[in-house]
Amino acid sequence: MKPAPFRYADPRSLDEALDVLSAEAGAKVLAGGQSLLPLLAMRLAAPSTLVDLNRVPGLDAVEATGDGVRVGALVRHAHLLRDTAAARVQPLLARATANVAHPAIRNRGTTVGSIAHADPSGEMTSVLALTDGSVTVATPGGRETVGWRDLFVGPLETSLSGPSVVVDAFFPALAERSGTAFAEISRRKGDYAVCGAGVVVTLDGDRRVAAVRASYISVGLVPEVHDLTEAVAGKPVDGADWAAAGALARTLVDPDGDIHASADYRRLLVGVLTERTLAEAAAEALERTAA
Amino acid sequence: MTTKLFGEPVRRREDARLITGKGRYLDDIGANALAAAFVRSPHAHARITGIDAEAALDVEGLVAIYTYEDLTGPMAEPLPVLIPHPQLHAPRTGYPLANGVVHHVGEPVVMVVATDRYVAEDAAERIVVTYEELPVVVGVDAAREARAAVHDDVPDNVAARHHQETGDVEAALAAAPHTLSFTQYIERSACMPLEGKGVHARWDADDASLRVYSSTQASTSVRAAIAAKLELSLDRVEVIAPDVGGGFGVKIVHPWPEELLVPMAAIRLGREVKWAEDRREHFIGSAHERQQRQEITVGYDDDGRVTALDVHVWHDNGAYTPYGIIVPIVTATQLVGPYALPVYRVVVESVYTNTVIVTPYRGAGRPQGCYAMERTMDRIADALGLDRAEVRRRNLITPDQFPYDHRLTFQDGRPVIYDSGDYPGLLDKLVALVGWDEAEALRADARARGKLLGVGMALYVEGTGPGPYEGGHVQVLGSGKVLVSTGLTSQGQGHETVFAQIVASELGVPIDDVEVHTGDTRRFAYAVGTFASRAAVMSGNAVALAARGVREKAIRIAAEVLEANPEDLEIDEGLVQVKGTPGASIPLRTVAVLSNPLRYAFDEAAKQATQFARAGSDDKPPVAPGDAPGLEHRDYYSPIRSTFASGAHAAVVEIDPQTWEIDVVRYAVVHDCGNVVNPMIVEGQVHGGVAQGVGGALYERMAYDGDGQLQNASFMDFLMPYASEVPDIVIDHQETPSPLNPLGIKGAGEAGVIPGTAAIASAIEDATGRRITSMPISPTELYDLMRDETAERTAASERTGAPA
Repeated sequence: MKPAPFRYADPRSLDEALDVLSAEAGAKVLAGGQSLLPLLAMRLAAPSTLVDLNRVPGLDAVEATGDGVRVGALVRHAHLLRDTAAARVQPLLARATANVAHPAIRNRGTTVGSIAHADPSGEMTSVLALTDGSVTVATPGGRETVGWRDLFVGPLETSLSGPSVVVDAFFPALAERSGTAFAEISRRKGDYAVCGAGVVVTLDGDRRVAAVRASYISVGLVPEVHDLTEAVAGKPVDGADWAAAGALARTLVDPDGDIHASADYRRLLVGVLTERTLAEAAAEALERTAA
Repeated sequence: MTTKLFGEPVRRREDARLITGKGRYLDDIGANALAAAFVRSPHAHARITGIDAEAALDVEGLVAIYTYEDLTGPMAEPLPVLIPHPQLHAPRTGYPLANGVVHHVGEPVVMVVATDRYVAEDAAERIVVTYEELPVVVGVDAAREARAAVHDDVPDNVAARHHQETGDVEAALAAAPHTLSFTQYIERSACMPLEGKGVHARWDADDASLRVYSSTQASTSVRAAIAAKLELSLDRVEVIAPDVGGGFGVKIVHPWPEELLVPMAAIRLGREVKWAEDRREHFIGSAHERQQRQEITVGYDDDGRVTALDVHVWHDNGAYTPYGIIVPIVTATQLVGPYALPVYRVVVESVYTNTVIVTPYRGAGRPQGCYAMERTMDRIADALGLDRAEVRRRNLITPDQFPYDHRLTFQDGRPVIYDSGDYPGLLDKLVALVGWDEAEALRADARARGKLLGVGMALYVEGTGPGPYEGGHVQVLGSGKVLVSTGLTSQGQGHETVFAQIVASELGVPIDDVEVHTGDTRRFAYAVGTFASRAAVMSGNAVALAARGVREKAIRIAAEVLEANPEDLEIDEGLVQVKGTPGASIPLRTVAVLSNPLRYAFDEAAKQATQFARAGSDDKPPVAPGDAPGLEHRDYYSPIRSTFASGAHAAVVEIDPQTWEIDVVRYAVVHDCGNVVNPMIVEGQVHGGVAQGVGGALYERMAYDGDGQLQNASFMDFLMPYASEVPDIVIDHQETPSPLNPLGIKGAGEAGVIPGTAAIASAIEDATGRRITSMPISPTELYDLMRDETAERTAASERTGAPA
């Protein structure tokens, strides 16, 4: 369990980082290392060079504005979890981040790194999808914005190719009259979720359900957003049949089984978590509508 | 005992060292040693058709590559069958490096030695081994069906057929008012010490001697094995167990291939060589335990009293049987627990599979036996509509029945005769401690919160402290320091503290003057090892006897100096004194100086022992016939048979009927290990055992696929419980001293793990009303069980409210 030989670069600027990445096709970006380093140790990955971003200035900020929250590539999960301004603009961020592994991992692991790793068991890939977010990708040719739908291609696979660095992720603000909730079930506290659910409920001016969206973790190969509105549309919050939304969700997902959970069990949990999180999110939406 | 330390919760003296990074573990030794890495089989069963190391030769820093072809003499022969047994009719062991055929994924095929571990792994990665795959046998049922054979010459896969019976079970079953039969399964888990195995070897060519450090539970026996396999005289080999980061059984097995190959390489290369096992290697290259299929038939009367028990176990022993049939024997004999069974028959068929070997893991066959017996009690209660505690009570051996002879033969070859105990006392305490009779109120409260609640219990009796012997050496130095040594090894249990408590109490010295050494063949060459909850019983009594010998000699010498009657002397706080006569005393350290008549004074204290220092008797030699210089004594404790500890556990579980998550919300333990040397350490042992019990019941399993690939060979997917999964544990004690040993103690190391699976299975069954026949159980499996129309319902299903 020792990595194969690799070179190590610790650039002091983004340009320098891109230079190394351009020079070597086998180079890989290192941020928090919480996923990458175990892969190296097990020799499941053998990059020729690790390009360590940690000394590149300007990548460690969380910027919360009325439009949304921009999270820099070196922002640790623990930082985002504590950022109250970000939580006000988009409450899903803190809610989901609290479910990321254990404190020691949250202290080193980065939110953007987790997204670039594109693990369908990761919380933040799903949150990027649910909030209809995007990432900013720096390449030698300049910067471009890539929306979540275009980013995630498969498990541990993004559409990014060639020399590129994901420099930030942008999570749009929670819409008016909306509430969110996030919950997951794992075998042990802090493990990857057997199944997780993030939901957004939006009400209309009459406090009736206008829109319901959900995204699941460890269900499917890439993050997806499911529209569950039809199950509860137009219902008053008190009278909405959240179980019907859960039942609908179960028909929309296509989970796989593994040694920890069968596909059927994951589908069961999708229903249960949907029902539970929607009730919670609706209550929050009502509160925010009243305020 | 004037210095009262025996029985006190003395704080663990090793902790400051171990938890501040000052421990000296295997990998802390030999920073500049060459490193070994292994090419291991990726196939569960295959014939090796070629090994091409050409591409590895270019790796800078490569030092040596060894395959089976490089092994000579005894090294080229199979590894030893450590514990032969007449019923182990087809023992098979591997070779240090695979000889032609591999029988499980992870078996070592090639050893690479290089300047460091990184380079060794780089070279290992380039070695190409080609294989012809052979049919694979995984799991006890496949082994039993024997459509394929693990070893060509054992076509039915049966290594051993262990059989014991105490009467005519057929007749007793035929005469029984009721009988019931069932089959159940229990899965594999593993010890998983935080520190894996590891070996460091240094050959001193000038001295022609070998020093080996090994993260082992049996340094004296590793020494003997190395000497035999490498054809060295025993006096040229020393083996030391440094600080060891947990063992739990896996490190009692020896010699591991690496324990022979690393010293072999050190000798051949004339360089220090080290190998530290990594986690993946530990999963696929060490040992597991616990998979069994149990077929049980029980006869019982209207009151629920067992009249006959017939058990047929199929035990998965993995690819080889280096540790003999100890685990099957322990299951067979410890299954009977605290119960009086008029007639009992057990057959354990130990079968080969193409998986990692099965050797003792804390509990060592007892959790399986407890699971068989206790689930039988649950079934009888369910069939008769009786309370589960009451059925157990009616079957218990009563305190007036000791010594109780089960007419069985234990793992030490001695009869299973329970020496002492109070099992009704355990049960009464448990019922009170867990609130067994208030279960309905707990259930109602849980139901109001949308949860299903169940309670379960399990009792066990554990044979501890088997022989053949352990020894102890106690020596008082002229400085007053007391050196204690015993040959068995420590893996963090607290031996330094416990043995120091015993010696300080026996000798009458401050505990801070006592220094304890374990597992070092230079200090103590005769020992058996640390396993079977035997350290306190065996070495505890041995060091006590050695301390008593020192005390006797000290009093004899002091009596001469003080011109007092030995009977009038006592030792307290390191001072030998005449009882009731203040001032008439001599420090023990001075006695130590005087015990060794000297010609040369090397320091101030030594002057007292030189020839002109004091008047001696002209007609006696300075060292009397039969006496020896020095204030020291060596003694051994060898028991006539094992001593039997006991206990009772109860679990309260809550289950979410939507997600089928299982939460142990209360866990109660009543524990009896005879006289307790250190209650804090005993409780710590119980806590650790319960954690492993919960792991075995709800989280851990070895997820082999049909090809014999272990799907969860990492801590990401092998789910040991975190602190967050271990319930709060409440403990009550009972002390029934053992009449078999001087200190009246029984072993405590393994107890905590034994009843976990049985008690938790019972609680889940109680909560859900579904028969639990396979453990461990996870939420996804419980979900499958709950929606299985054909799943057996228990009487409890009528009130659980669980979906039909």
